[in-house]
Amino acid sequence: MSTEAEAKRAVVDFATDWDHTDPTWVHDPYPIWEDLRERCPVAHTDRYAGGWFPTTHEMVSEIANDTEHFTSRMVVVTNNKFPPNAPPAPMGGAPPITSDPPFHRFARRLILPAFAPGPVNALEGQVRALCTKHLDALGDAKEFDAGSKYAQYISPGVIAKMLGFPEADEDLFRDFVHLVLDLVDLAPEERGPLFLPMAEYFNAQIEEHVARPREDFTSYLLNVEIDGKKLSLEHVRGTMVLTLVAGIDTTWSAIGSAIWHLAQHPEDRARLVHEPELLPVAIEEFLRYYAPVTMARLVKEDLDFHGCSMKKDDWVLVGFPAANRDPMVFKDADKFIIDRAVNRHAAFGLGIHRCVGSNLARMELRVAVEEFIQRYPQFELADPSGVTWAPGQVRGPRAIPLRVLA
Amino acid sequence: MKVVIDAELCQGQGRCFSIAPSIFDFDDLGSGFVIGDGTLSPETMDLARLAQANCPEHAIFIEESP
Repeated sequence: MSTEAEAKRAVVDFATDWDHTDPTWVHDPYPIWEDLRERCPVAHTDRYAGGWFPTTHEMVSEIANDTEHFTSRMVVVTNNKFPPNAPPAPMGGAPPITSDPPFHRFARRLILPAFAPGPVNALEGQVRALCTKHLDALGDAKEFDAGSKYAQYISPGVIAKMLGFPEADEDLFRDFVHLVLDLVDLAPEERGPLFLPMAEYFNAQIEEHVARPREDFTSYLLNVEIDGKKLSLEHVRGTMVLTLVAGIDTTWSAIGSAIWHLAQHPEDRARLVHEPELLPVAIEEFLRYYAPVTMARLVKEDLDFHGCSMKKDDWVLVGFPAANRDPMVFKDADKFIIDRAVNRHAAFGLGIHRCVGSNLARMELRVAVEEFIQRYPQFELADPSGVTWAPGQVRGPRAIPLRVLA
Repeated sequence: MKVVIDAELCQGQGRCFSIAPSIFDFDDLGSGFVIGDGTLSPETMDLARLAQANCPEHAIFIEESP
């Protein structure tokens, strides 16, 4: 739909007309996915110029691991599969997430060391301080929005510091993320120009880092040499955009979902308060049950996929969150089990595109939940109907009105 | 019995060395590897099996020692 004035056509049957920004899906996608898994299990849509949505763990895993038939050139479903000026495959606009082999391996190896457990663990103190700062700012408030007053603040601070961007620009970062991930159902001619301020911001940061190099990830990308050659500016900018966009509302969504869950499940909250050693196991169940991130692929050439006639350039929505609820793989898949010991979830994707920031995300989620329940061992939703969810491919609560108890 | 990680299958999901840090470690790229020669004792067997059951990439194998 091109303007807000035009009402979005409501979905009648998600099997033949899925839309991941439809209000019903955004509010609660899990019953839809369960129904599709039993009925299809691959749903189709003519929206977004055509796409597919497989719902079983087996198919999600198959597609994630098949880089021969599916390209990562674009990983966010929009109405434009061929944006002008977008770097083509095999690099794509935001390497390495938009890259295909063999370029992908090169682009990924460059950034893996910065996100390996060693450097990430060294950031834990910084994350904890950030959490404490925002909890302190809540003062004696007995009711507050844990989304806008807590969850949304943790990851932007960490990412800004990593990239060497001013922390005061946090609001801008959330605007960029909103544009890239939420405003996906605009007409191409409407969406395109919205990217200009973001491009200008990144160019200004690059210029600033060229003029004054420092010990941060941006300077690393600008100066790293492979076989005596520096990266193209397009590559550097793409990886910076990826780090910012993928590093912010994904983790913010995971933190928000965990708090939202704990507000409604005092028995789980009590266990975490009294058995903090359970937290790492619980974090994996939060990640499975409320996996925030769905990625997309494009079909490379016409293909028969389990009886579906996929056409070249069709979207495929790779539903890792749906895979995480597949009863063929998870016992009591539709139940949140806080001490689930065997939990082979796919929240960070599967195969060569496994989330590069997974160690960082996991640490931020653990520390943010730990600090929150330490400060507020008892809380509930103040207004369940006031909870709002982000639309599109990153799912998480934006507003979480809470009441502190006792 | 010995535990091994198939380096081609490992994508650095990070589950093994979190669950069983006495058996697995990580390298500079965040990939998992087995500490020492991977020989399992009756005491470490269950932990190795738990890590295996949590690997999203099915990259961990427990084999009969030759």
